[in-house]
Amino acid sequence: MVMTQNDRPQERLIMDAGDIARAVTRIAHEILERNKGIQNLALVGIRTGGVHLAHRLVKRIQEIEAASVPIGELDITLYRDDLSLRKEQPILRMTSVPFDISDKVIVLVDDVLFTGRTIRAAMDGLIDLGRPAEIQLAVLVDRGHRQLPIKATYIGKNIPTSREEDIQVLLEEQGEDDRVVILKA
Amino acid sequence: MSLKRKDLLSLAPLSVDEIRLILETADSFKEVTGREIKKVPALRGRTVVNLFFEPSTRTRTSFELAAKRLSADVINFSPSSSSVVKGETLLDTARNIEAMQADIIVLRHPSAGAAEALARGVKSSVINAGDGWHEHPTQGLLDLYTIRERGLSFEGLKVAIVGDVAHSRVARSNIHALVKLGAEVRVVGPPTMIPAGVEKLGVRVYYHLDEALRDVQVIMMLRLQLERQGKALFPTIREYARLYGLTSERVKLADPKVIVMHPGPINRGVEIAPEVADSLSSVILDQVANGVAVRMGILYLMSGAN
Repeated sequence: MVMTQNDRPQERLIMDAGDIARAVTRIAHEILERNKGIQNLALVGIRTGGVHLAHRLVKRIQEIEAASVPIGELDITLYRDDLSLRKEQPILRMTSVPFDISDKVIVLVDDVLFTGRTIRAAMDGLIDLGRPAEIQLAVLVDRGHRQLPIKATYIGKNIPTSREEDIQVLLEEQGEDDRVVILKA
Repeated sequence: MSLKRKDLLSLAPLSVDEIRLILETADSFKEVTGREIKKVPALRGRTVVNLFFEPSTRTRTSFELAAKRLSADVINFSPSSSSVVKGETLLDTARNIEAMQADIIVLRHPSAGAAEALARGVKSSVINAGDGWHEHPTQGLLDLYTIRERGLSFEGLKVAIVGDVAHSRVARSNIHALVKLGAEVRVVGPPTMIPAGVEKLGVRVYYHLDEALRDVQVIMMLRLQLERQGKALFPTIREYARLYGLTSERVKLADPKVIVMHPGPINRGVEIAPEVADSLSSVILDQVANGVAVRMGILYLMSGAN
């Protein structure tokens, strides 16, 4: 998903670094407000973009509450609904959830919410690891076009798009300047 | 990078990148096998057939468990319980299995080249689970995985492969892969068990175990195939054990952090002393555990849609 500076087609800036930082801060506050603190709370980022955002959220929560929250990383590849249709199997990245999720409130974190299929896969993957008390969903961008009845609990920004457009969340952790852009084909 | 092969027949033609892809993929499945619910839906609706023309518990069970943990359906075919005793050829048996929509056939056969012959004749993916003295690629890969898991890097790694190299498909698969990855491979055994010209594969030949073990980081013991006794390969089991058995004194000749491997089943007191098999250097049971994860990785990579 990451593109270098040179081979970028037309991109339209939707969020800059400041916008992303403010959205992360607001979501961190909303998570704390909704869950009345960090009791029983854990964040799980969906590889790859969601993991970076989950780390940012945990850092922000730590600054606000002066206490740490467990964080996990989820690779949803094995739970995708199009796996049996693909000619070549996608590369796997490790799932690493080093705590028991049972009876915890899990905030799934992803960069873009689109069809909802990734989140469906993530929930299946999560439930194979235990039985959380509750699963909530935080996304930086909700671009619409859901194909499944899935709704985010926390949203950084709603961005109406057409199906053909490509939205990219580019982050420092991937060697980019922080920004969200729409790429026109 | 993905595995663009229909079949996995041997390690000889695999590139270093392909080997690394398989090992890295196995990491994800190692995590799955450590969960309370050791199952993922990746191969739902796929059918894996274990076609075993030789007795094998470990490898067959390992493949069966791997396939089941990927949610595939598994069928076990063995000659004693099938039409092979009625004179059906390998290819006809396989075509029948294929007609039942098998996606992957795992073949164990006493003849070298059987897997390759089968792969040419069927559309299903074929995984070689051991063909005669030729290769046993999944064993080789799980051995590599176990070495890597111990934090050892292959470049310059000193490995001694000990025993009946001539009749060992495990040795052949490991030699091909380890040499490719840059390891320094030594083979050691009585001259009757070292195949002529094995140096051409890039290994060094030793006839004295003590010499071969000096400074190695990995000792890979091969099973002495006791059924070969009386075929003029070695005079007595006692003599073999004295000259080529791995004792704790001999382990001391190797690197202090050496790991001892064995594909199983082990002959305690023959090729390996019981105290060595049960020592902290022994990774024999890790190999078995890793076998499932590595085979899950291979099944996953080979299960792309046709």
